[in-house]
Amino acid sequence: MKKDIILSGVGGQGILSIAAIIGLAAIEKKLFVKQSEVHGMSQRGGAVQSHLRISDKEIASDLIPYGESDIIISVEPMEALRYLPFLSSHGWIITSTTPFVNIPNYPDLDALLNQINSYKNVIAINADEVARRIKTPKASNVVILGAASPFLEIPLENLEGGIRSLFGRKGEEIINMNITALNAGVEESKKYYQLSGL
Amino acid sequence: MKKLLLLGAEAVAQGAIDGGMSGIYAYPGTPSTEITEYVQNSKIATERKIHRQWSANEKTAMESALGMSYAGKRAMVCMKHVGLNVAADPFINSAITGVNGGLIITVADDPSMHSSQNEQDSRYLGKFAMIPILEPCNQQEAYDMTREGFVLSEKYKTPIMIRITTRLSHSRYGVEVKEMKVQNSASLPDDPKQFVLLPAIARKRYKILLDNQINFEIESEKSLFNKFYEGEDKSLGIIACGIAFNYLMENYDDQKCPHPLVKIGQYPIPKKLIDKLYSQCEKILVLEDGYPFVEETVKGFLDSNKKICGRLDGSLPRDGELNPTLVAKALGLPTKEGLPIPEIVVNRPPELCNGCSHRDVYEALNEAMKSFGEKRVFSDIGCYTLGALPPYNSINSCVDMGASITMAKGAADAGLIPSVAVIGDSTFTHSGITGLLDAVNENSPITVIISDNSAVAMTGGQQSSATGKIKDICIGVGVNPEHVKVLLPVPKQHNEMVKVMKEELAYNGVSVIIAQRECIQTVSKNKKSKK
Repeated sequence: MKKDIILSGVGGQGILSIAAIIGLAAIEKKLFVKQSEVHGMSQRGGAVQSHLRISDKEIASDLIPYGESDIIISVEPMEALRYLPFLSSHGWIITSTTPFVNIPNYPDLDALLNQINSYKNVIAINADEVARRIKTPKASNVVILGAASPFLEIPLENLEGGIRSLFGRKGEEIINMNITALNAGVEESKKYYQLSGL
Repeated sequence: MKKLLLLGAEAVAQGAIDGGMSGIYAYPGTPSTEITEYVQNSKIATERKIHRQWSANEKTAMESALGMSYAGKRAMVCMKHVGLNVAADPFINSAITGVNGGLIITVADDPSMHSSQNEQDSRYLGKFAMIPILEPCNQQEAYDMTREGFVLSEKYKTPIMIRITTRLSHSRYGVEVKEMKVQNSASLPDDPKQFVLLPAIARKRYKILLDNQINFEIESEKSLFNKFYEGEDKSLGIIACGIAFNYLMENYDDQKCPHPLVKIGQYPIPKKLIDKLYSQCEKILVLEDGYPFVEETVKGFLDSNKKICGRLDGSLPRDGELNPTLVAKALGLPTKEGLPIPEIVVNRPPELCNGCSHRDVYEALNEAMKSFGEKRVFSDIGCYTLGALPPYNSINSCVDMGASITMAKGAADAGLIPSVAVIGDSTFTHSGITGLLDAVNENSPITVIISDNSAVAMTGGQQSSATGKIKDICIGVGVNPEHVKVLLPVPKQHNEMVKVMKEELAYNGVSVIIAQRECIQTVSKNKKSKK
């Protein structure tokens, strides 16, 4: 088993939490995990990415080679497209459609979503709306993780375990909120499947 | 054995704790900050009373670490690559004095300049100091090298360098930790003159360093971190240094390279292993992150009959960090491409946070500068460097820590009046105070704006040495108290700020404007932690 995942978004949107939850879940499954992340200047509202690699064998490189990523998980639609050179020909894009507009020349949203939907393996959901609907507005990143979970080959219970270890110190309420968001993401993903006839 | 999931930086820190370290000294700097933070957050480090307060700058950190070593204990100093320039004087001289307790200098280089002004390769400075250098290929080696590094340092009474890069520092993997060693008890150097670098003594000490060079080479030849791997396909021999080893292995199933290979993790370069490789193979490919340090060196000592490829002959790019795809291309292996980035994707550069006090400073400064002319604002290293980008476009320089004040002074000396410096609080206490003294001594017509957010913000809001002290420092250095103004940078105070700035810009001498409001990131972080 080997999964190479690119996580993307804007600094402060919580991609490192997604990485940590998947990482902890993979370790629970006794898999090897290698994860490189971004610190420093780009965290200030800039584009950020993380390379997350999971395997049942030792992992050599901290970076995923170009064209070999199985999944791009993005919490922001434009950022989902920035790392396409890493995506393999059979890879999936799982992204939120909620734009994070902090630049004056942010592209037209409809054009952007059309572009996203022009790729063959896409799941695009409005994670912020879902998170608001289930009253966990701060957990839209975990909604996206839920949407991506069917592609991870890691059982949902292990991801829940990851949430428990990551947020353990913050109390039961926060844990439950994130688990609710995770499950909502899974449901959205299924719906998207049915709608697009996949 | 216990396995921890650690960043490379954290593996260095855990290795240092387990290696019996008694103190860590550092100034924050990406990608090295997490080493010290890990020790600061470590319970065991608290129990062991390990020193882990931030220092004012890398030079003071280096000297404090050397002092701890003098007193017999094991110490580490860590910094980003350009921080070693600041600490270069005590660093080079510590190789001459030698050490008492083990001393490790950990330097985190930033190839590709993810968060830096240059991508200098610290191995050159390690070689310049003529000390052993350890370069881990992964998190486990980062741990092991640090834990064992103190032993190597004490064996030859020499400081040693550990060189990591951004990618390793900020990447996590499982690390097997070993038992914790006891800390050294305090002891004084046997020779009371060892650390007295008067010329007569320094000459003797230098001879000791020179005599040790052969020992360092022998250590490299037998080091477990340098390894020769046999290979069937001798059309090519490979030298892979540090993390480049991982990128190489990524290209082969089960991590088995068909070519003879020398993995380098310890310097000086293990010449015998390289000679063996050279004698077997038709040509050599050198893989290393950073400058072509090994490539240049082996070209110097091998005969020139065979081709040596790497960053110098174009097999690999001359700049930027390596990755598995670049390495595959250099090996002539097939690579994949993925899809192109569509045109609709635009750049998203970092920006000042909403509500950041630097924004208010630049709003006011831009207005105040209108009547004084453009291209005369010198700035410095920190979040406020983002003032160079739209919408502000306020500053015209960012060179090194503290340079804003001294460059403004030099420009004023040349007749650019007024000249302005914009510097942060922690950058000011890092390297700005002495420059301000220069300006005071000549009553230079400069206006220094200290944008004080009471934190080392860019690296994550570490405690600033300057907090609560800036006004006193400026007056203490000799700035006329009438020209030390304290402002509150909020939108409501905009007009007041513009007025004060204009007055001080018109003043024909040194003035300091302290714009003081805490970083909004640290404000919200502190709120959260109080909850």
